[in-house]
Amino acid sequence: MPHHEIELSESRRRHWRSNLRVTGVLLAAWFVVTFVVTFYARELSFSFFGWPFSFWMAAQGSLVIYCLIVWFYAHHMALLDERHGLQEPEE
Amino acid sequence: MTGRTDSPSGPTPTRGARAAFRRNLDKVYGWYTGGFVVFVLVLAVLERFGLSRRWIGIVFLLATILLYAGIGIMSRTTDAVEYYVAGRRVPAMYNGMATGADWMSAASFISLAGTLYLTGYNGLAFIMGWTGGYCLVALLLAPYLRKFGQFTIPDFLGARYGGNLPRLLGIAAAILCSFTYVVAQIYGVGLITSRLTGVAFELGIFLGLGGILVCSFLGGMRAVTWTQVTQYIILIAAYLIPVMWLSVKQTGMPIPQLVYGFQLEKVSAMEKRLIDDPAEIEVREIFRKRSVELADKLKDPRAALAVDKADAVKKSADLKAAHAPDADIVAAEKALYGLPKDEAAARRVWTAARAVADVKAKPLNGMPLHTQQFSGDPHGDAGEQLEFEVSRRNFLALIVCLMLGTAALPHILMRYYTTPSVKEARESVTWSLFLIFLLYVTAPALAVLVKFEVFHVLVGTPFDQLPQWMVAWSKVDPTLLSVADVNRDNILQLNELSIGGDIIVLAMPEIGGMPYVMSALVAAGGLAAALSTADGLLLTIASGLSHDLYYKMIDPNASTARRVTISKVLLLIVALCAAYLAAQKPADILFLVSAAFSFAAAAFFPALTLGIFWKRATGPAASLGMVTGLGITFYYMLMTQPWLREIFRVTSPVVLWWGIQPISAGVFGVALGFAVIILVSLITPAPGRAVQHFVEDLRYPRSGAD
Repeated sequence: MPHHEIELSESRRRHWRSNLRVTGVLLAAWFVVTFVVTFYARELSFSFFGWPFSFWMAAQGSLVIYCLIVWFYAHHMALLDERHGLQEPEE
Repeated sequence: MTGRTDSPSGPTPTRGARAAFRRNLDKVYGWYTGGFVVFVLVLAVLERFGLSRRWIGIVFLLATILLYAGIGIMSRTTDAVEYYVAGRRVPAMYNGMATGADWMSAASFISLAGTLYLTGYNGLAFIMGWTGGYCLVALLLAPYLRKFGQFTIPDFLGARYGGNLPRLLGIAAAILCSFTYVVAQIYGVGLITSRLTGVAFELGIFLGLGGILVCSFLGGMRAVTWTQVTQYIILIAAYLIPVMWLSVKQTGMPIPQLVYGFQLEKVSAMEKRLIDDPAEIEVREIFRKRSVELADKLKDPRAALAVDKADAVKKSADLKAAHAPDADIVAAEKALYGLPKDEAAARRVWTAARAVADVKAKPLNGMPLHTQQFSGDPHGDAGEQLEFEVSRRNFLALIVCLMLGTAALPHILMRYYTTPSVKEARESVTWSLFLIFLLYVTAPALAVLVKFEVFHVLVGTPFDQLPQWMVAWSKVDPTLLSVADVNRDNILQLNELSIGGDIIVLAMPEIGGMPYVMSALVAAGGLAAALSTADGLLLTIASGLSHDLYYKMIDPNASTARRVTISKVLLLIVALCAAYLAAQKPADILFLVSAAFSFAAAAFFPALTLGIFWKRATGPAASLGMVTGLGITFYYMLMTQPWLREIFRVTSPVVLWWGIQPISAGVFGVALGFAVIILVSLITPAPGRAVQHFVEDLRYPRSGAD
């Protein structure tokens, strides 16, 4: 460990910035699906294969999107780790 | 520097060894699943040949509990890394299954679909809240906690914020939310065991407790993990198979999640018909009159009680004088003795009866239209507009509490310490959410299919032809199911049927006319859900006390064996305390569960996320933020929740802040927690370089300078 002021390598800095960016974008998606769609639930009640749209979103659509968000993050971060050489050492 | 120097993660197994371990697991659980299917089929065949229901229940119960105990005995350990974090070699998918079982409690398995049945769209806050929270776990917490790589959540608070105070607060908060939660689980265990075998409730609790203890007591996290994987398989099968069966029966399609939209349309059409049905209107009118009568009596309970008593005495005397049949006289005497004892009792009984009558005077038995979002009307008069605003606000607040609580409950976060790597921790959240998703996406379908069955088959049935299961369940507990022919037309109207949310799932196989082995399967699934969650929670409490309090704060020189032994003893004590409390049948189980979420969110979420993402967050700020967050949450519940008000004898009038219900008290705690931590951090000295390095190190899977 370095004992002077924290100095991060360029790759670490870029890795963290990129991590924050993808986290931010995915959190925004999470927020829209959860709170914005729910806030306008009354207005969004057109029929969608039998369900009112906002009912379907709350019961199924948002859940599918949550799964995709979490999957995408794991996938993306694994690639990011490798690109910056920051993946865990394999013994 | 904690976290790296004394890193207890042990030697990382090589890739080859891991792959072999994984293949072996696949084989074991593959055989196990096959064996379970055969077991259910054999019981189904035996049922055809006349094996009694009671025996099917007992065989199911014993077989599953023995299975869990067997795994516990096989996984016994005294090694600290094995005991606390299952050796850190649980592959992502298996950790996902274990998390799923850990997560889905008796409330999810038994009560959720019932809540959806009773409240329609408004219950979907639980569905979104209990799944969407995993986005926060994945994005904000799990990978960083795994990189930290210790044993518990207070460990993290202690290492990040320094000193014993944050750790101590973490222990207290972890115990507070885990203990409220575990009491509810053990209660659920008692309920199911007693239903399944007919033993007394208290005995049921201790039978189930045996199953929990053998497992977590002997093998800690290692045994709990491998048991939870088997429990996940049982509980998901028990949830999905009966719903598929019902779906085939109603729609001809085995995938209810895809087709229940059309059933929902039919339910909505039937709702309209039931609202305008003359017989339903007649029943509602009778309940409305009953409510008015009770309101009259409540104006002067003493006089009304005297009149009632005089009437009952006179009736009994008249019958005796007229030499009426004995049965009539007994009934009249019974009515006399059934009267409230004094004025206070009369007031209580009549107030409760009036509340029931008021609900039953409403269309659809007081249930909202199934697809109606929120209550009130945004285009109606001022009162309706306000009702709409407030109900929407509460729906959103509840989602916030459940999501942040999900991302802060220590027994869930702890599970991500058990994976071999940061990468697998991230993948493991994906698996967890997907495996949980399977149940949560099915629950709304189950609610709609059962509602269709009730509206379509039950309502309109003559009273003398009601199905056998209704009689059986109303005998078990009339608060769960009761019917009364109020308008005496010998036909069941919807408002004559009272159905408790908790039996929707347990009675579904019978509602759908399935063989009894399905009912036993569902009960075993509910038991697995309750046991697995209780296991995880007890372990969290015990490791909080033994690892964080004893080892880290009282005796840092304690040997591993000693720590593990202390943990086991504590586990036993905590489990017995929780069982004792659960046997008292505390008033409001659902409230206990939701309170745990609010407590967890308020105590942990701000301190954990700021600790990872903001190097400037300081120790004093975190301690103060946790205290004020928890404090305000508890204060708000105390002032507004009827059950707590009664216990602590709060008599001031209930004042809701912005109309938020006590169940969502956590929103205030989280907001205040964030505000306090940020403000106090800015006025206290910045954390030293060691902490800066510590936070940096969390952020990348590979440690050290490069």
